[in-house]
Amino acid sequence: MSDGTPTAHEPSLLELERRAYRKRSTWRSVGIAAGSTLIFATVATLLVVNTPGWEAVKESFFNWEIGKESFPDILKGLWLNIQALFFAGIGVAIFGTTLAIVRSLRGPVFFPLRMLATIYVDLFRGVPVLIVLYLVGFGIPALGIFPPLSAAVWGTIAIGLCYSAYVAEVLRAGMEAVNPSQRVAARSLGLTHGKTLRMVVIPQGVRKVIPALMNDFVSMQKDVGLISVLGAVDAIRAAQIDAATTYNFTPYVVAAMLFIAISLPLTRLTDYVAARMNKREQIGGVV
Amino acid sequence: MSVLEVRDVWKAFGDNTVLKGVDLTLEEHDVVVLIGASGSGKSTLLRTINLIERIDDGQLILSGDDISDPGVDMDKVRARIGVVFQQFNLFPHMRVIDNVTLAARKVHGENPAAARERAAELLAKFGLGDKLRDYPDRLSGGQQQRVAIVRAILTNPELLLLDEITSALDPMLVGEVLDLVRGLKDTGSTILMATHEMAFAREVADRVVFMHGGRILEAGSPKDIFDNPQQPETREFLARVTHH
Ligand SMILES: Nc1ncnc2c1ncn2[C@@H]1O[C@H](COP(=O)(O)OP(=O)(O)OP(=O)(O)O)[C@@H](O)[C@H]1O
Ligand SMILES: [Mg+2]
Repeated sequence: MSDGTPTAHEPSLLELERRAYRKRSTWRSVGIAAGSTLIFATVATLLVVNTPGWEAVKESFFNWEIGKESFPDILKGLWLNIQALFFAGIGVAIFGTTLAIVRSLRGPVFFPLRMLATIYVDLFRGVPVLIVLYLVGFGIPALGIFPPLSAAVWGTIAIGLCYSAYVAEVLRAGMEAVNPSQRVAARSLGLTHGKTLRMVVIPQGVRKVIPALMNDFVSMQKDVGLISVLGAVDAIRAAQIDAATTYNFTPYVVAAMLFIAISLPLTRLTDYVAARMNKREQIGGVV
Repeated sequence: MSVLEVRDVWKAFGDNTVLKGVDLTLEEHDVVVLIGASGSGKSTLLRTINLIERIDDGQLILSGDDISDPGVDMDKVRARIGVVFQQFNLFPHMRVIDNVTLAARKVHGENPAAARERAAELLAKFGLGDKLRDYPDRLSGGQQQRVAIVRAILTNPELLLLDEITSALDPMLVGEVLDLVRGLKDTGSTILMATHEMAFAREVADRVVFMHGGRILEAGSPKDIFDNPQQPETREFLARVTHH
């Protein structure tokens, strides 16, 4: 708090005792967690290593030499995935927000727009990403009206189209969760409908759905790997090529590791943000 | 010229007619207090004046402009009127200083630094000088309402509408908010407010208006209404709210 004189309070013996107790039980829980994790990991490893096919699996999935060999190619491919992620992310932010706003417009004048947006969202949420990829990546270029673009570009567009629909739904839910009094308060100040959306409804709505949005981003992070089906030489395609030349699956494992490596920071961050938001919005910290 | 003229205003929600021909005039510096039972139409009247609800018939004139004209720019009209509701006034994602200066910056196009400076002065004047950087959820209910009032007056509105601004507050906090309103009266604001605080109405009002079933049944000086009510409904209402 910003006001009030600092009152240095000496904790009572009772409180000190309680704190010590909480500390002891925290350590006990940590110990139990670490112990059970260790036991589980040991048992799982022993089970896998002692299966009859383990030697063969190890050779074809975890071959160190082949992994090292294929690593540079796959890393280069991953750069394409990261670029796709970047541009698709920007596209989704713009198009997804637009869809969410259009769907939240009121009044009969906007009925056709609203309906179009609704149909779009329903369609793209229903169709598997892979099919959208094929339709966009092979169908649209076949129309012959666009200049030739690389497979990676079409793949990025397809991913962006799908995720815009998901994100639009999440955003719309967030905007609807904003207390209607907030709109009234904003309009009462003389803010236009547009400014009310931009300065009051959307910022509050987005805040309510940040964990869900981050989840969508994490899934998009791995779904950009699907652009390989259009022939773009991304991490997965590079792994496929190496696997075909070495008759070994290790390159796929390398690609998987790299995908995990780029998504891990964000998944952890998502958990952290969600936990922090829960903490902020719940007064009863004990329950 | 009157600041506000409400002329024979009607408003229904479905087949529930809530305002049945309301007439009311506020001159400059008038403080008019609306009293009446729950559901008598006080909030609805305030909301129609602020163009949050559209009237079904009659006219609303703000400083000579017919604001019930369908061609009127409603955002411009609302920008000329300050409003504070019972609760949920402040935007939880903005700091106090940004809440207070939002309309000045984004509606009136005032220089942000100048707006902030004026806001800081006003907030300090009303005992909120140390809260500028706080988010609303860190403030007490009374502090929140005072911030909301400062926000409403920062742009010097022609008319201030206050709808039961203390009724969501702990009794301990009512006083500090009413003190602020007293201060506004002293600086000459034109105020139309609905309240259940009868003692405050008696003290601060130039005119008290008793609403009943969507009509203004009786209006007059606080002395007339509280000490010598003419209508049986007024007497009954006052008896009920004063003998709790
Ligand atoms: N948006 C709305 N839709 C339908 N009915 C409404 C709406 N707003 C108000 N009403 C109705 O209008 C009537 C008057 O309500 P209003 O809020 O104006 O009363 P009030 O005098 O402010 O009461 P209180 O002292 O409880 O605040 C009530 O019967 C209420 O149910
Ligand atoms: Mg009311």
